[in-house]
Amino acid sequence: MATTLTSMQGITKRFPGTLANDGIDLEIAPGVVHALLGENGAGKSTLMNILSGRYRPDAGEILIGGTPVRFHSPRDALRAGIGMVHQHFLLVANQTVAENVALGHKTPRTILCWSRIEDEVRRLSEAYRLPLDPRARIDELSLGQQQRVEILKLLYRQADILILDEPTAVLTPGEIDELFATLRRIAREGRSVIFITHKLEEVMEIADRITILRRGRRVADLTPADVENRRELARLMVGREVVLRVDRTPVAPGETVLELRSCSGQGDRGQRAFQRVSFAVRRGEIFAIVGVAGNGQRDLVAAITGSQRLSGGQLLVFGKPHGAGGPPPMDRIAYIPEDRAGTGSLPGLDLTDNLLLTTYPSFCRRGVFRREAARRWAEAQLDQFHVVAPSLTASARQLSGGNLQKLILARELSKGPDLIIAEQPTHGLDIGATMDVWDELLRQRARAGILLISGDLREALSLSDRIAVIFRGQLMGVFSTDDEDAIAEIGPMMAGVVQAS
Amino acid sequence: MRLTLERRLVPSQRAVWAGQTVAVLLAFAMGAAVLRLTGADPLAAYAVMAEGALGSLYNLSEVVVKAIPLMLCGLAVAVAARIQIWNIGGEGQLVLGGIGAAGVALFLSPHLPSAIVLPLMLAAGFLAGGLWALIPGFLRARLEVNEILTTLMLNYVAIFWLEHLYFGPWRDPMGMGFPGTAMFPDVAWLQRLPGTRIHLGLCFALLAALLLHWILSRTRWGYEIRVIGENPRAARYAGMRIDRHILWVMLVSGGLAGVAGMAEVSGIHYRLQQGLAVGYGYTGIIVGWLGRLHPGGILVVSLFIAGLLVGGDQLQAVMHLPSSVGLVLEGTLLFFVLGSDFLSRYRLRWRKEDPWTPRA
Amino acid sequence: MDAESLTFILSIAIRSSAAILFAAIGEVFTERSGVLNLGVEGMMLMGALSGFVAAHASHSLALGLLAAMAAGGALALVHGFFTITLRANQVVCGLALTILGIGLSSFLGRPIIGTVGMRFTPWPIPLLQDIPVLGPALFQQVPPIYAGYLLVPAAWLFLFHTRPGLNLRSVGENPQAADAAGIPVNLIRYGWTAFGGVMAGLGGAYLSLAYTPGWKENMSAGQGWIAIAMVIFALWNPWRAALGALLFGAVNALQFTFEVRQITLIPSYILRMLPYLFTVAILVIITRSKGIRRRAAAPAALGLPFEREGF
Repeated sequence: MATTLTSMQGITKRFPGTLANDGIDLEIAPGVVHALLGENGAGKSTLMNILSGRYRPDAGEILIGGTPVRFHSPRDALRAGIGMVHQHFLLVANQTVAENVALGHKTPRTILCWSRIEDEVRRLSEAYRLPLDPRARIDELSLGQQQRVEILKLLYRQADILILDEPTAVLTPGEIDELFATLRRIAREGRSVIFITHKLEEVMEIADRITILRRGRRVADLTPADVENRRELARLMVGREVVLRVDRTPVAPGETVLELRSCSGQGDRGQRAFQRVSFAVRRGEIFAIVGVAGNGQRDLVAAITGSQRLSGGQLLVFGKPHGAGGPPPMDRIAYIPEDRAGTGSLPGLDLTDNLLLTTYPSFCRRGVFRREAARRWAEAQLDQFHVVAPSLTASARQLSGGNLQKLILARELSKGPDLIIAEQPTHGLDIGATMDVWDELLRQRARAGILLISGDLREALSLSDRIAVIFRGQLMGVFSTDDEDAIAEIGPMMAGVVQAS
Repeated sequence: MRLTLERRLVPSQRAVWAGQTVAVLLAFAMGAAVLRLTGADPLAAYAVMAEGALGSLYNLSEVVVKAIPLMLCGLAVAVAARIQIWNIGGEGQLVLGGIGAAGVALFLSPHLPSAIVLPLMLAAGFLAGGLWALIPGFLRARLEVNEILTTLMLNYVAIFWLEHLYFGPWRDPMGMGFPGTAMFPDVAWLQRLPGTRIHLGLCFALLAALLLHWILSRTRWGYEIRVIGENPRAARYAGMRIDRHILWVMLVSGGLAGVAGMAEVSGIHYRLQQGLAVGYGYTGIIVGWLGRLHPGGILVVSLFIAGLLVGGDQLQAVMHLPSSVGLVLEGTLLFFVLGSDFLSRYRLRWRKEDPWTPRA
Repeated sequence: MDAESLTFILSIAIRSSAAILFAAIGEVFTERSGVLNLGVEGMMLMGALSGFVAAHASHSLALGLLAAMAAGGALALVHGFFTITLRANQVVCGLALTILGIGLSSFLGRPIIGTVGMRFTPWPIPLLQDIPVLGPALFQQVPPIYAGYLLVPAAWLFLFHTRPGLNLRSVGENPQAADAAGIPVNLIRYGWTAFGGVMAGLGGAYLSLAYTPGWKENMSAGQGWIAIAMVIFALWNPWRAALGALLFGAVNALQFTFEVRQITLIPSYILRMLPYLFTVAILVIITRSKGIRRRAAAPAALGLPFEREGF
């Protein structure tokens, strides 16, 4: 067991376009459950990936017991006693628990006597009260059980520091309690547990120490005793958001284009994604749903656009019920997906082909393309939306993120839609492209109803007329963006501290 | 210092051209090494090959003759590849096309007005090849069975069936022990360019190339094919029916190979016999790929490869070296192009220290 | 059918299945590491040629086998280089290798067509050969076949009960996880790709030194391809690969028996088609069977090049 202090000093890490970690200091004491708190994009995962050997810092040092160490791979870190359980487990799905635990371990060297290994695994799982059947296949286990395997892997290798990245995201409340018990047990032995999260109530429950990151910087390092209430934590985490001056001319809202009545739906793993969501979007307004990623937004949008079914409630698009699977009338709906390169575009085809993806039928006459007309239309679109590209024949792959997004906007908005669903539309874009996208959305507001899904509070507040916070699949409150008191509560709402009013 | 690989955003055109030239040169160098192995003088051998392919107008025409089935089979592979389907069954589809055309020529032509015999044979060839490809196509579209193996297995089945036919029920009763069907009646012969063996099949190939190019770039169907091949998810999002498109593509692909079979049978052999399944289907894959799945490129590459094959034949006749040197050159050429392709997709870079930046 | 016929058919079945068995086992290992090698046919032919030539030149069957394995392995390493390091398309690369192998073997082998060279003679195993019905069929074969008997259980043991086997399986299923566990993913892929080529070469040598001794152009007649299909039928398991090879051999044996006994129940051309149609049928069954798909699907990372993320 380690009795040494591990510290990270002045860690800086840059990725193209962002400064993920900016001179962060962190000290990890043995026997402590240390929470690393922050919003999405605050830099928590990056920092821990550096500690666990997956990334290398651009500047800064890691010291174990005062001695600087350099990790070239996760294996180096493991050898030094530091291991990480990622959000996406690194398990071999069709192999057993025992096989996964044994993978990469030094002994036994050649012949694997499974019964012996299984016994060891069983012994370890009983000692830490992580009940697991060593013979069970990973893909037959629940996510909570799989997580136990990941933790067991680290314990099998006698890790001194265990890092868990958003571990409760995939757990039921009962499993969360079990996990916390296990983590306390591990810490009691003198090991350290680092717990990455954005959920405040968990932090208050399990953490012995709390470090808060915001936009790549460390903003606080304290113990639960130092914090008066969770509200304060939330403010530290989210900060005071500056609303950008954006011209929003008042528009009288028209008829309802999208309405959800008590809708519930499941995610792709069968877990409950969102429950009893109700809201309405009217023509002439921007309605924003803001929340930390992973709180059900993606599945909600999938249900609205028809790629997933609802498990309950009623979905009305332009007044007509939908939700039995199958797309709603897409010729009146513009969908700007989060996944630009994936569903949104055709990377290897040229810009004209991309623009035509959802509009090509109108350029075809009896099977033949009116190529010239299409090209002229494409040029006009690119012009109108200020898409900067090497040439018309360039492939979509060559566009920068911002220009690709503008291309998708051009394509979708050329339909003259009545309902626009924009999913994280400015994610990863620079300020210039962001303003362009915002301008366009505001322009569309006059004739369409816009549903904006965003994790960026500033964006939501600047653009929308009404805003709702989503947390754990439920809407925490719907209010107008003129309501200043309510606005102040948004941060805590996003962190699940405050209930719906 | 470390040599690292960086993915290029845009495949560099210059690198592609440079790479392909180097590839061709390297392939010939490899071929020279192989020739050395058998004690032959590589330069002399290449000279003979060049003479055989380019030495006279007639030799040049022979290159064109060999290029015709290669063009069609290359187009067949290309159209399937556009939708991300590997049609390895060109050989079998060609054979079926020959069988279909032969069937019409031998049994239906006496009863039909002469003007429609050849068009009917063309249709039969197309349909026979197309339907043969539709079997694995259906298995892939509806049952998601991998098409590489199914198309391949059907090649063998087709060849066995072919042999059975011309050794058995379709055998020429007056053939004097020579395996093969009777000769087709005159009406079933494709016209040739006088003085050469270049037959009307060349028009089929050129027409097919033009048609394919036009369809892919200027029709709705062609656009949908390209989108599905590029990003099936986006295609589904746009409401395209993927399985239906796969079926049509396989029909066309097999049909093109079938036309190649029909052309061989009624332009060169004038009967069904040994010498139909000589690997055009497989070589077509190389042609399609080297031609970058583009009809124009395919036409050029098929002439080049046909030149290699004809040169190889000449080598056999004059220097008594196996003609399969052509196959060797093909294989190595493909390899070197594969390698050069890599350079166009990735950049080699020297870096001062380990590149610890993630992929964007 | 009497016992003698049964023995006869079984004996032929085993004999006809050996080449496929070797190649299939090799390909099982290659694909388990995540690499698709479609060049098996070419490697088999080059193995057949090299084995025959080397044995003839050195008067040593053992040397012949070694040469064959080296030839197959060398070609496989080329495949590995292009697909693992250069990340080229695995399908095209494999096809190129097949064409190269066919062409090269045909070219280099022309002079020796018809040469009578070394051949394996059957080694009857005392005692075992006296077992009724099975004895003569199993234990009056040539040595490579006995090696095959040992190969199958050895492969199974290796795959599921040794650490290198565990590493191999993980690399093909989830190379990211294997990499995180410190396993050298690409090195393992190279190694097992080479092994696959070695086995294919061995299969080829069996053809030219035992099954149909001598060299004939294209003598494998697609068995390399059938071996690849058998790997799918085998669900990447050595025992089932052996079963698949044996089934193919049985079909072959049946065809042979029908021809010899002049049974015209099934025309011979259909008999010759049967192995290939049979392969298509099992491909359909395997792909469609949800139960099988869940229990033993293809290695999840098959055909995908491995690039380390992050850093």
